[in-house]
Amino acid sequence: MLNLIGNYSLIFALLISLILIIYCFIKFKSKKNLDFNLIVIIFLQFTLISLSFFTLVFAFINSDFSNLAVYNNSHTSKPLFYKISGTWGNHEGSLLLWLMVLSLFSLFFLFKTKKLLSSFRVLTIFFQQIIIVGFLFFIIFTSNPFQLILPTPIEGLGLNPILQDPVLAIHPPILYLGYVGSSIIFSSSLAALTCNYVNKDWAADIKNWSLISWIFLTIGIMLGSIWAYYELGWGGFWFWDSVENVSLMPWLCLTALLHSSSVLEKRSILQSWTIILALCTFILSMSGTFLVRSGILNSVHTFANDPERGVFVLIFLIILVLISLILYFKFNHSETTSKSFFLSKETAIIINNWFIMYFLSVVLVGTIYPIFLEIITEAKISVGPPYFNQLIVPFLIPFLILMALGSKLDWIKNKKLKLNIKKLTLLILSILISFYIVRNLNIKILYLTVLISAALYLFFTTIIDLKNKKLKWSQKISHLAFSILILSIILNSVFSEELSVNMKAGEQKIILNKTINFEKITKQEIDNYTSLIAEIEINQDNKKIKFYPELRFYKVSETITSEADIKTNLFNDNLLVVNYLKDTDYLNIRYQKKPFMMLIWLSAVMLALGGLIGLRDKLK
Amino acid sequence: MKIRLSFIFLFCLILFVAFVFYKSLFDDKNYAPKNINNKIENISIKEFYTDKNFYLKNLFEEETLMAINIWASWCIPCRQEHRYINKLSEIDNLKLVGLNYKDKKNSAQMFLRELGNPFDIILTDTDGTKSIFLGAYGVPETLILDRELKIIKKYIGPINSDIVNEIKTIIK
Amino acid sequence: MKLLKLIFFLLFFIFYLNNVYGENSKVDEISKNLRCLICQGQSIYDSQSEFALSVKTLISKKLEKGDSERDIYDFLKSKYGDWIVYKPDFNKYTLVLWIFPLLLFLFGGFLIVRKVFIKGNKI
Repeated sequence: MLNLIGNYSLIFALLISLILIIYCFIKFKSKKNLDFNLIVIIFLQFTLISLSFFTLVFAFINSDFSNLAVYNNSHTSKPLFYKISGTWGNHEGSLLLWLMVLSLFSLFFLFKTKKLLSSFRVLTIFFQQIIIVGFLFFIIFTSNPFQLILPTPIEGLGLNPILQDPVLAIHPPILYLGYVGSSIIFSSSLAALTCNYVNKDWAADIKNWSLISWIFLTIGIMLGSIWAYYELGWGGFWFWDSVENVSLMPWLCLTALLHSSSVLEKRSILQSWTIILALCTFILSMSGTFLVRSGILNSVHTFANDPERGVFVLIFLIILVLISLILYFKFNHSETTSKSFFLSKETAIIINNWFIMYFLSVVLVGTIYPIFLEIITEAKISVGPPYFNQLIVPFLIPFLILMALGSKLDWIKNKKLKLNIKKLTLLILSILISFYIVRNLNIKILYLTVLISAALYLFFTTIIDLKNKKLKWSQKISHLAFSILILSIILNSVFSEELSVNMKAGEQKIILNKTINFEKITKQEIDNYTSLIAEIEINQDNKKIKFYPELRFYKVSETITSEADIKTNLFNDNLLVVNYLKDTDYLNIRYQKKPFMMLIWLSAVMLALGGLIGLRDKLK
Repeated sequence: MKIRLSFIFLFCLILFVAFVFYKSLFDDKNYAPKNINNKIENISIKEFYTDKNFYLKNLFEEETLMAINIWASWCIPCRQEHRYINKLSEIDNLKLVGLNYKDKKNSAQMFLRELGNPFDIILTDTDGTKSIFLGAYGVPETLILDRELKIIKKYIGPINSDIVNEIKTIIK
Repeated sequence: MKLLKLIFFLLFFIFYLNNVYGENSKVDEISKNLRCLICQGQSIYDSQSEFALSVKTLISKKLEKGDSERDIYDFLKSKYGDWIVYKPDFNKYTLVLWIFPLLLFLFGGFLIVRKVFIKGNKI
């Protein structure tokens, strides 16, 4: 019964979409004012889609195994929280969530932009509905979450305890809010382009949507990293994996867009560039999701799909891209030139965008190059962390310094030229001093010194800027957060320590200046696995830490997982993970010291907070 | 609308990218390294019972082809495929070499006593490094080599009756 | 005063750096750059699988024999293909990979210079 409601709600929503597209187009052409009817119809569509989504949630909660998606992904013994999160933990359900967010943003947009040009608003809804139609077709005809399975099975298949993790449950919806939020940016840009509405008012509005999308993406990416760090236990939190890169690219684009739309808002220049950024953000979001889910990019996130589904999405994507291309070239007008001086905030933001686009291109090329190479030449290569680090880190040095200097420049022309040169001299002086201090130099140490100096310089500058009344709080907090983030990441990678040794219970070994005491093993049978907890003490300079890392032996799937014991405090993390060595009593023990991890997470939260403050300021 | 050069360029670029993505959707994800036709160096490996070193090329007598089966007593798929390895010993003109991978001598001998020993000769790779010379990923794997130690065929994972038939055909 | 604070912090970190920053063993360095082919996204260094352990043993044996890092990478690539090494080589296949972002950066710089200096904006 519920399945039918869910399915037919979607079909009705599709009909509404098609009606809306025609309706909006006619309204736009006739240049009449916006009817009250439009808001009502959009609200109706949102209600239908939400209804559909919630019937799916109920199906999961009630373990209604007549629904194929529930059967494949749920189990009666799952705790309620994970039953609910199972709704979006599969391909079909997650698409339904995407759809709900898409229509939510439609509604939200209509409510929040009442003061803007009517024809622009109608056209935005028009483009947004085109996206919604694409999704509705895709869901209803190829990825329907309301397929039936008869006779109704008694139990479901979805009991993988590894997937029952709180962070893993909320990480997707938050990321989706980020990805899908950029859809309204896309629609709004195309509408503004067509209506010749790319001006201050539009820029002020697009900034709000960009902030919302950006905040969610920041938190979403952070949650993904946190999960990887605590779950995998390898001590790493960023692996330049395809899926991570795919979430980073729209984030970079949005960061550039936030800055560029500020310029457009204040000075009415950079219209074309802002439009390009806005369109690229959504295209990157969608392309990225497509690449990962279709299996073209290997990842754990690949939902097992038929290639035919992938073709559908690819065609849909190409249509959107071509629409953007054609509209851009048709409606883009020549830039208005405003008089700006070289040393100004405008230039600083242009340079900021320049660097961010470079970082984006490195991530993009690194991620999709192997695909192109394999198709064209059949050669298969890996593009791993060394590539990204080698291309990004050298450019970070000038980026950080320029950010420290440039974020305080005035609009149009910066008055206090001499003060900036003084600060630059300060920096060069400090680097020269540290150069003399470091006696045993090799290239790597010098390079690191410069990098850390640049990060420190940015950090000090942003701290001092807190007192600057000319700057907005959102900027001050976000920039400070960013400087702490970069500094923590650099220091974390430089100062991490690690040792690896094979020991058996009862042994004690001394490595470097640490004593490792493998005291005992406790064996326990739990549910569907055997748990082996090792009690290991690490003693360094009379500071003792006791760890209880665990090995789990799952009988049915014959897999072994290792749960690291991670001791976190504000300035340092101590990790211990053990690994099973076949045929011996020995366990491989790996101890790591990871400084500043907590600061990395906190600064990411602070970054999002800065965005939130910016949003609050704008909505006042 | 003036059709500008940059528009045409971008349009073609988009079609090119779409084409590459389309093709990669249907691409076979199983990666078969090009070294299928590679030659293996004539390395020497210890014999299982006597600990004497043998060079791979010297193992050939009159046979034209050699099958090396990498196995271990702790490997469960190896147990399941062993009856098919036994069938390989029935094939003429094929030298059947077993390579015992990272195993304990007692456990390996028990495995053979239980499931049969079809091998003409058994070699041992206690630390797994010799298997890397064969380009192996783990157990079980079976390689078919010619007298020049060129890899004719590589089977990753346990073999079955179809593969036994395939090998029979290759021999002819 | 600010200069003094900056110098103090820099000194502290440089000395800390000198004390803590140690050399990784060569085996570790090489295995960090290798992909564990049977694992889900782990390097040989991180992985404790049989394959990874064998590779690590092989690396130390080859280093003892006197092979260079380059030799070891070439050997493993000849057995398992280029994709076992994380850092892409610099050859005719990967020229575009390494050069393209840099070219793009220069192109962007060119556009900016044109916009800021030439298109009617003055210093």
